[in-house]
Amino acid sequence: MARLADWLLALPILLPLLACAGGAALRASPRAQRALTAFAALAMLFASAALVAVVHPGGPIASQMGDWAPPFGITLVADRLAASLVLITAVMYAACALAARGDAELGEAEPLWHPLLGALVMGVAGAFLAGDLFNLYVWFEVMLIASFGLLVLNAGAAGRDAAVKYAVLNLVATSVFLIAIGLAYGLAGTLNLADLARRLPEVPNQGAVAAVAFLLLAAFAAKAAVFPLFFWLPASYHTAPAPVGAIFAALLTKVGVYALIRLFTLVFPGELPWVGPLIGIAAALTMVIGVLGAAAHWEIRRILSFHIISQIGYMLVGIAIATPLALAGAVLYMLHHIVVKANLFLAAGAIRRAGGSFSLAALGGLWRRDPWLGLLFAIPALSLAGLPPLSGFWAKLLVARSGFEAEWYWLAAVALGTGILTLYSMLKIWLEAFWKAAPEGVAEPPALAGAERLWLLAPVAALGLVTLVIGLWTEPFAAFALAAGEELRARDAYIAAVLGGTP
Amino acid sequence: MEILLALLFGVLLAGAVYLLLARSLPRVIVGLLLLGNAANIAILAGGRVLGTAPPLVSPGAQALAAGAANPLPQALVLTAIVISFGLTAFVMVLAWSVWKGEAVVDAEALRSAEPPALPSTDPVEAAEAEPRAEAR
Amino acid sequence: MKESLILRSSARYVLWTSLAVSLFILLRGHNEPGGGFIGGLVGALGFVFHALALGQGATRRVLRLDPLAWAGIGLLAAALAGLPALLHHGEPFLTQQWLAGTPIGTALLFDVGVYLVVVGFALAFVLPFLEE
Repeated sequence: MARLADWLLALPILLPLLACAGGAALRASPRAQRALTAFAALAMLFASAALVAVVHPGGPIASQMGDWAPPFGITLVADRLAASLVLITAVMYAACALAARGDAELGEAEPLWHPLLGALVMGVAGAFLAGDLFNLYVWFEVMLIASFGLLVLNAGAAGRDAAVKYAVLNLVATSVFLIAIGLAYGLAGTLNLADLARRLPEVPNQGAVAAVAFLLLAAFAAKAAVFPLFFWLPASYHTAPAPVGAIFAALLTKVGVYALIRLFTLVFPGELPWVGPLIGIAAALTMVIGVLGAAAHWEIRRILSFHIISQIGYMLVGIAIATPLALAGAVLYMLHHIVVKANLFLAAGAIRRAGGSFSLAALGGLWRRDPWLGLLFAIPALSLAGLPPLSGFWAKLLVARSGFEAEWYWLAAVALGTGILTLYSMLKIWLEAFWKAAPEGVAEPPALAGAERLWLLAPVAALGLVTLVIGLWTEPFAAFALAAGEELRARDAYIAAVLGGTP
Repeated sequence: MEILLALLFGVLLAGAVYLLLARSLPRVIVGLLLLGNAANIAILAGGRVLGTAPPLVSPGAQALAAGAANPLPQALVLTAIVISFGLTAFVMVLAWSVWKGEAVVDAEALRSAEPPALPSTDPVEAAEAEPRAEAR
Repeated sequence: MKESLILRSSARYVLWTSLAVSLFILLRGHNEPGGGFIGGLVGALGFVFHALALGQGATRRVLRLDPLAWAGIGLLAAALAGLPALLHHGEPFLTQQWLAGTPIGTALLFDVGVYLVVVGFALAFVLPFLEE
């Protein structure tokens, strides 16, 4: 029998790969594609849950692809952070696959949706599990290629414009990442993350190490849509169909945040004095600019897109402060935000179907027409704003408390102020779309009913339930996040799991 | 040799930045190509130029002969070339379809996704301004 | 271009010759320079030539399956090549396995998969542009 770790680390990548390859081979039969995607998503859920169960008490595990000795081969590693993110990725995979059943906009693009979704999930899971810098690059590209394809599914003029900006800005960020890889390899002679962590402090030219760190910071900040490198995100996310928007909003930027956490806790831990304050300032500006951008918009998806940027700022606060508590806050915030943001985008799709528009001016009276939709929208909206007892409250609490404990008062104050402005945006959507009377002269779409309503609302309800569970039964999630934060600071376990006893 | 590669890297990077700042999409795409090649040169230079013999282990031997090139940067660069080739091809197809659809190659003029005007507060106008599924 | 008699009548021979050459390159990659990637590109080149001469409809008939379906089959084959190590030998994913005493192993299956992926994706990108 193979070691359990080998199986658990290969499966979260293999299962979406199966859905991607099988989905491409079975293009002619949508029914077979759906069955394959459903199987892959469910199996990935179980496999990644098992991965979390192994990692949570047991600590990091690693597997060397092709049995090449570390640090020469490709390593897959999972610690608590990576394992929990893979699990939440599987949840998103299942939810978005389900939501696609009810989405009319995808329509005839469905034969391409299944393989592309599989490829995107594979890229995301691979990036979370990658143990070396170049492998991380490759998974980023897999994710990027799939997201290009998904963005132009059924695209009209707006979708093509958006895709051009998205593609060019992301390619520039990727090239910067690749240049940094070349320089890091030149300095340390290795690209394995654990090995880099050991070798980089011994490099004589520490100025060059700082340059590599800055290049990587810039590249991943662009991927994570951090101020001032976020312009690709509000230019593109609002043009995609609802399930595509949901999986983008949930996962893509978070892979950038994950890479930042991994690099600045494992590879460059606290040796560069400028990193913390720089990320702190970027975090504050990201939160403020994002939430102000959202306040200026009247289209639901554009409001939500700007809120993604603003929420990324909270995760950066954790990286800037970098105490175990702050990192725990960042971890909990990522898990909470992935669920909530995907849920809001799916709910926006349902609002569009029920009310006929994404534009707040053209919407109205939805509370009278479908109160359940209103309730299901309110759960993630209030959680995003951080109202107790929902998941966002606990995540914000951890982040703000770590800020006060580490005496970063101004950053904590900005974080709390941003929460109030977030609440304003969410109330705006609520009041305009649900509460005010339906506007005169706008054609009302046919009522949302029957099977279509079920397909549209089931994933929204399921993700809302996850938010409620994290909010009301916080204890195990907070304990997990704290353990993950401790583990990130004490990096020896990770290095030992990858390199074992090799010198 | 490394100095030559470093110079080449600088020249490619400068050209790439110059082209990327242009407003015309075809120039931007050429800029992306140059940027990708600059990155490949960086990896190649990072791996040091040890020799020029192909890095193949001869039958019976256990290690590379002296004077063989470092195989790892070659593998990395090959992967990176394939990826950047694919992505650039995608962007070219995209720019071509934008040009076919809207007769536009100016990045500043790509405004369908982000209209410059303030959003309308009139319900009927707002409903009509929205891109429809049928129009796609 | 379709009017050129030489191009049209040579297209079939060029296609089969380039496929034969590409298979040779694929197998040569076992111990010498070559392999699935470069072989796949040479094979795709033959198909593109065929489509230029006879139109993409004729090429799709030769292919029988959609190019993306070929790419999917290739991806499945490459992934499959990693499984014997996990299933039977207790080694990590993708560890090389040999058929007892022969030079045939999972690496060959992997390379064939790469070959199909390259041919499939290259044609999926190029063929729609040869419509007119």
